[in-house]
Parts: sequence; C-alpha cells; structure tokens
Amino acid sequence: MLAPVSFDSPASQSRRDFVRLCTLAAAAVGLGPLAAERFLEAAARGAKPSVIWLQFQECTGCTESLLRTTHPAVDDLILDLISLDYHETLFAAAGHQAEAALKQAMKANAGKYVCVVEGAIPTKENGIYCMIGGRTAIEIINDVAGQAGAVIAIGSCASWGGVPSADPNPTGAVGAHEILKGKTVVNIPGCPANPYNFLGTVLQYATFGTLPALDAQNRPKFAYGQTVHEHCSRRAHFDAGRFAEKYGDEGHRNGYCLYKLGCKGPVTHASCSVQHFSEVVGAWPIGIGHPCVGCTEQKIAFRVPMHTTVEIERPAPPDTYPAVQPPESHISPLATGVAGAVLGALAGAGYVASRKLSTTDDLIPTPSAGAKDDRHVDQ
Amino acid sequence: MRAAELNGDARPVGGPIFTAGFNALLAIVGACGLVIVWRLFRGLGAVSAMNDGYPWGIWIAYDVVSGTALACGGYAVALLCYVLNKGQYHSLVRPAVLTSALGYSLAGFAVLLDLGRYWNIWKAPFLLNWNRNSILLEVALCISAYTVVLWIEISPAFIERWRDSTSPLLRGIAERLTPFLNRTLLWFMALGILLPTMHHSSLGALMLIGVSKLHQLWFTPLLPLMFVVSCIAMGYAVVVFEATVSARLFKRPHEHKMLTSLSGVMVGVLTTLVGMRLVDLISRQRIGLAFTPDRYALFFWLEMAAFITPAILLAPKDWRRDPGIQFLSALMMMVAGTLYRFDVFLVGFNPGPQFSYFPSAFETLVTLGLIAVEVAAYLAIVKRFPILSGAPVAAGPPGLVSGLRAAS
Amino acid sequence: MSISRRTALKGLLTAGAVAATGGTARAALPPKRPDPEAVGLLYDSTQCIGCRACVTACRDANGLAPQPTSLRGAAYDAPTDLNAHTKTIIKLWNTGDAHGYVKTQCMHCVDPACVSVCMFSALHKTAGGIVAYDKDACIGCRYCQVACPFDVPKFEWASATPKIVKCELCRDRLAEGKEPACTAVCPRKAVIFGKRSDLLREAHHRIAASPDRYVPTVYGEHEAGGTQVLYLSSVSFAALGLPALGDQAIPYFTENLQHAIYQGFIAPVVLYGALAVVMFRNRKLTEESQEGQP
Repeated sequence: MLAPVSFDSPASQSRRDFVRLCTLAAAAVGLGPLAAERFLEAAARGAKPSVIWLQFQECTGCTESLLRTTHPAVDDLILDLISLDYHETLFAAAGHQAEAALKQAMKANAGKYVCVVEGAIPTKENGIYCMIGGRTAIEIINDVAGQAGAVIAIGSCASWGGVPSADPNPTGAVGAHEILKGKTVVNIPGCPANPYNFLGTVLQYATFGTLPALDAQNRPKFAYGQTVHEHCSRRAHFDAGRFAEKYGDEGHRNGYCLYKLGCKGPVTHASCSVQHFSEVVGAWPIGIGHPCVGCTEQKIAFRVPMHTTVEIERPAPPDTYPAVQPPESHISPLATGVAGAVLGALAGAGYVASRKLSTTDDLIPTPSAGAKDDRHVDQ
Repeated sequence: MRAAELNGDARPVGGPIFTAGFNALLAIVGACGLVIVWRLFRGLGAVSAMNDGYPWGIWIAYDVVSGTALACGGYAVALLCYVLNKGQYHSLVRPAVLTSALGYSLAGFAVLLDLGRYWNIWKAPFLLNWNRNSILLEVALCISAYTVVLWIEISPAFIERWRDSTSPLLRGIAERLTPFLNRTLLWFMALGILLPTMHHSSLGALMLIGVSKLHQLWFTPLLPLMFVVSCIAMGYAVVVFEATVSARLFKRPHEHKMLTSLSGVMVGVLTTLVGMRLVDLISRQRIGLAFTPDRYALFFWLEMAAFITPAILLAPKDWRRDPGIQFLSALMMMVAGTLYRFDVFLVGFNPGPQFSYFPSAFETLVTLGLIAVEVAAYLAIVKRFPILSGAPVAAGPPGLVSGLRAAS
Repeated sequence: MSISRRTALKGLLTAGAVAATGGTARAALPPKRPDPEAVGLLYDSTQCIGCRACVTACRDANGLAPQPTSLRGAAYDAPTDLNAHTKTIIKLWNTGDAHGYVKTQCMHCVDPACVSVCMFSALHKTAGGIVAYDKDACIGCRYCQVACPFDVPKFEWASATPKIVKCELCRDRLAEGKEPACTAVCPRKAVIFGKRSDLLREAHHRIAASPDRYVPTVYGEHEAGGTQVLYLSSVSFAALGLPALGDQAIPYFTENLQHAIYQGFIAPVVLYGALAVVMFRNRKLTEESQEGQP
C-alpha cells in the first residue's frame, strides 16, 4: 500500500528513532536486542507484514488503544512497522471501495498476511446480528482468516466473547477461535488489549515467521505468563496488610492495595503491571486507583462481579511463610557431650568412694551405737 | 519425748567454719549471686535456656521438684520413727530434718527466682482470687507451710544452743519457746508427714495437665502416687548418704546398724515402685513404647536401671551390710529419683518439634550455687548447733573423702 | 511393740479409706458447657489468601512491635511462630498435593487448661467466654504454658518485668463496640467474629452448601471439650497443625482428681487426725517402755 521506508528521506523518522522503536517492540516480546536488529533489517528490506484488521461486535477500544501508543506513534506504526492494508476505522475508503481493497489485499498476500480480529462474532440466528457488505461476521472471518498466515484475536471480545457475550448473551457472541476450529488463533485478550503485546506478536511473525510461545488459552506467554499481582506497584501494601476499604477513603488516597475493592490482580495473567498503557507511567487501571477487573481472563471479566474478592493463585507454595510443621530443633552435640562427661565423672567418683568405704569401713567401731540402742525401744 | 530431749545426745561438732572447702562453696555462691542479679535486671531469657516450649527448666525440675524430693529425708525418717514407731532411727532425725529444712528453703528461693513476676507474690495471701482448681497453688501453699514446719521441727536444736547463750535476747527466746514447743511439737510432726504426702503427690499431678505433651511412658494417673513413693525412697537414700558422709567428714561414729536396716526398708520401697511402674505400663498397654528405639525408651531404661540396681545390690543381707554398697545404692537411688523427675518434667515433655531445651551455663551455675548454699549452711550449722549424735571417733579412719575432710 | 505398729497402720488405712470414699462417693464433675453468650472466631482456611493483614492489624491493635526475623534472614515483619510480640500468625500448610494457609491464635477453649492451672486466676474467663489476662494477678510461674495444648501463651523472656502474651480477642475493642482487629481487616472474611453458636451454625451451613470444598467436621466444636475459635478446612486438620485432642477438656481429669482428694478438705484433715492419734499413742508407748526400763 505504501512505499518502503527510506532512512535517507528527510521526511521520514530518523534511523535512531526507528531503532529505538524496534528495540521497544522487541523488548515487549521478550526477544532481546538481537531481534531488534532483525526487525530493523526486515523493515529496511520492506518486508513489512501485511495486516488485515477485521472488526465485528466491538467498541473499537483496542484500535483506539493501539492508536494512542506514542512509541511507536500511530504514523510510525501504520507507515513503518506494519503494512495495515485493511482497517475500517482508519480507512479513508468506504463502501465498495473498501470491500475491493480487502479483496485486493487478500489476493496480494494470500497465505502470508496477518488477520487481526477485533470484536466478538454473533452466532445466533445464523449470525445476522453483525453483517458487513451483506455478509455475516461468520462468513467474513471464515473467508479472511482461512487464507491468512496467522490469525490474531485482539481484545477480550475476539478472544472469547468479551462484553457482548456477557450474560444473557443475546446474540450468541463467541470468540474467533470458536468459529475457526482447527486453526491457531493467538489470543491477545484485554479490554482493551495492551498494544505492545499485539505489536510484539506481529513483529515476531513478520521477522521470523513464527508465533510466540502460547499458554493453554493461546495467549503469548511473554505477556500473559505472570499475574498482575506479582509485579503490582501496590504489592507492598498488600504484603503489609494495608487495604483501601472504599473508594476515596484514606487508604485509597494513600495508594493502598485495592484487593478488598475486588481487585482481580492475583488471578489475572497479564503484563499490565510492568507494561503500562500509552507509555504513560501509571496509566493502567490499578495505577489510577481502580481494581483490576480481570479483563484478560475468560472466566473473570464480565462474569465475576466487579467487587468480589478472589482467591490467590500460587503455582508453588511460597517460602516466606513459617511452615505448620516446623523443622526439628536439636540440642547441640557439644552440650550433650559435656553433660555426659560430667555425669560420667560423677558416677565414677561415686563408685570410687563406695569402694573405699567398703574396704575401710568395716574396721570402724561404732562406740556409741550400743548405748543408744539401749535407750530406745527394742523391736 | 520433750523438745529438749528430742535428740539428747546430739552435740555441736565444733571447729572453724571458714575452712578452705567452705570458702570454695562461698565462691560458687558468689558467682551464682552475680547471675541472679543479672537475671533480675535482664529477665529470665538473659540467663536461662528456657523458652516458650519448655517454660520450666532445671530450676523447676531439679531445684524444686527433685530438690524437695531429695529433702525428703525428714519426711521419710519421721514416717519411720513416729508413725511406724521405729524409735531406733531417732538419731537420724535431726540431721535429716536439717537437710530437709535447708532443701525446702532453697527450693522456695529457687521458685522465687524462677517466677517472672515475683513481686506480685505478696498479694497472694490478701487476694481472694485463689484458684482452687490449681494444683500448683496447692503445691505452693503446701511447700511454704512445710518449710515453716521443718524449721519448727529443727528449732529444738537452736533452742538448746541458745539456752546457754550469753545474749539475753536469745536466752529469752529459748526460754519462752521451750514450753510452747513441748506442748505442740508433735502436732507439727504430724503436719510434717501430712504436708509432704500432699505436695509430693501434687508435684506428680502437676504434669497430668500435659495430656498431649507428656510421653505415654510417664503419663499415668498414678503419677501422684509414684512421686510420693519415689520421694520416700529418695528420702532414705539421702539419709544414708548424709549419715555416711557426715561420719567421715566429722570423724563421727558410723551409724552402721541403723543404716543397714534402713537399706532393707529401701529394698521394699524400690520393689514397690518398680512393680507399680511396670504393672501400670502393662495395664495401660504402653509397655511397647519402652521397646521403641528412641530417646524416650533410652531414658526410661536408664531410669529403671537406676531404680532396680540398688534394689538388687541391697537385697542380699551380706551386701546390705557393706557401707560401700549402701553408699553406692543410696547415690543411685538419688540419681534414679532425680532422673525420674527430669523424665517427667523435661525428657518426656514434648511441646513440639520446634522446641528444644538444654540448661544454659548460667542456669546450671545458679543450681550449683543453691546446692553450695545448702552444703555450706549444713556444715556451718552442724558445727555450731547440736544436730549430729555421738562423740567424735578418737582416731580418724583412713579412706573416703579424706580430701574433703581435710578441706573442711 | 507390734501393737503400736498395727495401730498405726490401722489408723492410716482408715484415713486412706475415708480419703478414697470421699473421692468416689461424689459423682465426677460434669463437663463444662459453652456459655450461650460465648463469642469466638470462625476461620475458614479455604478462604484465606495468606495476606497477613490480620497479623499486621493485630500488631496495631495491641501495640506489638514488628518481628524482623524470618526463616530466610531479615524481613520487615516475618515472625516464625507466635511469640511475646505476636498474638496471631499465618503459617503455611503443605500436603504435597495442595498448600494453603492457617491462622494461629488463642483458641479460647470452653474449658481452658491455662485457666484451670492458673494459681491466682491471672488467666480467667471473662464476658463472652474470652480467656483474658490480668498482669496484676500474674506471678509469672508459666504453668499456663506447660498446660496449653496449643502452645499459645507466650512469655516475655527478654524482659525484667515479663508478662504473658496471648490473644484476648481484642476485648478492649469489643468493649468499644468494635469487632476484633483481625476479623475487621480480613479482606476475604476468612476469619469472622460472632457468637460461638452462630459461628457453628454458619460453619455447618458452609459444609452443607459445598461438601466438596470442606472436610465434614468443624475443628473446635468438640475438640478438647470445645473451643470458641472454630476452623474449617479442605484437608485434614492435622495438616493444618491442629493437634488431635479428643473430646475431653484438658483440665477435666486433673480437676476431678483435685476435687476428689481435696473435696471440703476432708481427706487431709482425717489423715492429719489419724497421724496425730498414732503419733501420740506411739509417744505414750515409748515413754511407758522407757519408764519400765532400768
């Protein structure tokens, strides 16, 4: 869609900025500086991944979040890093023009492009609750994702239904993987998803042709491998038992732990606590004083009441607690030895004394014994 | 039997009090005193190895529980002499009662030292919040009362001396007390048998509260009875021990015949005790624990061996007459009774694997210091007051504790 | 001579018999029942997340200093067990298959061993069955520590004016109409405060509602004659470090023994009388026989 970036062009970003951008993206994926070099090379070669972005039952929050990323800024993103070939929100084109663009992009990069799904797919009444260009969401996703090299479901809606699927789920909304049975769908849940997680996944695919390691729910492990609680900035307050009791109370104003307000951080796997949104420090729910709602967890967000507290999940027993069965304490061998020696010496002394008595005492007369006995009653 | 006649032929031993041996004892007492001062200012934790799991250490297990049992000479001999009317043991009464009075007084002092909030004790007689369920309260009252009774029992020895004193005050006290004692001494003697029976059984009952902590080899409803019987055995043993050592130390006649027959009594008491112990374990079906290879079984057998060996040694009449065997058996019996009490209060007491206890050096020093006080006080008193019977043997025999004698 | 001996033995046997009948004629004391107004805690270990908020709140409420010693070197506040500065603690249980937390504090027994043994009732049951401590009556004998099957009372070993330290269920807070600090702060309501009867009902209700979640008994309902702190667990209570104590109160046996022997002080008085009679008779016999001799 656009010409490859030229670093010589005065109009383009400076090379240094671009390196920084790639490094950031690589760090987000957890690939290290070497990968950043590779991104750079790939981008310089013009091998930018073609991205086709589908939107169904969604609020565009994930797109908005991506657009508010300042490093890379939106222009860098869509101009330099990826080749965003179809995106309804960002398109100037409309109607037939847009449909034609989609077809053209699919044809040009068939089997190689990245299909990004944003929003849930309604399944009730044959999917009539979401139709674009006369086709249902089900038909579109089957068509586009069927020819894609990789499929990424961005946001909780695309991952497993999200808000539209909340009880009573009137449209029968489901996530992308429910439709695309048998195809690997990388889930980047979040409401909205953190754009770095998306970007990292896309760049890894573009550079290495591979997908990042996924967990049981097909979330990239680099971003969803730990709970929010583990690196939460309010964790110290949790450990010290300092909790905000209600919104606006003294504890809340002092930045205490939000667990008692229903924070789902302890069971929510996401990188939010270390990778804030929009590169603004503290710009994430817990950072601004709202408990985590668990948006990256299928079983929590929009399913568990917002102010219900959760059990804390720990894969292994922590070692900072005293055990119920404490280690056995011992009396030192030295003390036992000293005591034994002293007792032994005493026993020996007693024995020697008794031997001396035996050998000498029989000879001793007891002169007064007889006289005394006289005075007492005879038995 | 008038007070003044209680032990008519008892005489002060005489001689200097501050001998080398006595001074050595005082040195130990001095060191112990420093530890006590440290304890008063820095708390119990600073000097003792006691902890929340083993809140009672050797100050209780030895100084109080074993100490009062070893001070049962007065009780055991009085039982024999006045209740079973074996008058021939009469000359043993005074030294035994003196040892008991000293032993009990020091046990009382050890308790004060061990109490965390000793200053609250003054309230005890005035406050009405006595908990009559508390066995310890009974023990405390009984031991306090018995200590007073013991000093009253031994008071004729002091009065005899003070009657001849040059001080009009002491003479006055002696003259005023003599008729009172003549009238009442027997009542105190009776109390002197009742009270030890009560508190020694209660000392055993103390640990019956450790339902889940005291090892089953020792936890038995018979604990109170075991403590009474074993303290009688220890009492006789101490009498034999003390009579033998005094005879040697002060070149006095060895009460050979009496000690021999006393040893015969001990065989009976020991056999009863060991029999009771085994029947109890078998009937409670806990005897198997004695054959489990652990430290509990080890201490059980050590304790049993210490009880059985003197019984065997003293059983044949020929052996029983041998003063060496008498002395050795008495020693073993004292060790056995003490070990039994250590087993019940410390070895068999298991508050949980995280706790351990071994007496600290300072703690041991205090115990040694209290023993030293007792020995020193005994030496000083028998030299100045009529406690021991019989005239000194003219020619001192060679042999036992010659060094000690030289030192004294 | 054998006459006096026989008399002596007869007298003692009579005294012994009186003592024995004095003991057995009375029925054993009835086991103590919980006060209907008894208050306590219900701790549900399946709800506990180990946040230790209760430990911190307990410190604040009772003015206890943090304990910067832990199993693995220094930490800001990581006591390894109840101690003179820690009235409640969270420990880790681990069965290999599962792990979780358990809160430890005074169990506030219905018939507490510590109260039974305390000489001057420094430890005593107060309103609501709370086992309370009065330092002005305590002489520091530490018999309570020996007696407690849960190893709860702790002693200030490092102090020259030591006290016994144990949970008193925040009785000063209760007097102000507040609940105990640990239950007030618990973010999961894993430990709740209330009347023992209500807590017991709640505990059984929880077991009935989620039989898969709990072992089907409530620890403390009957253990050691009943405690006012109750426990719910998903694993055996032994794994939680709670001792198996049987249904009899710890002091039941010793109190019965003590009452049997010292009821009305009859047995000691009878024994004393018998001893005196025997001894006076012995003295008379001795004097007679001495007079008879040359």
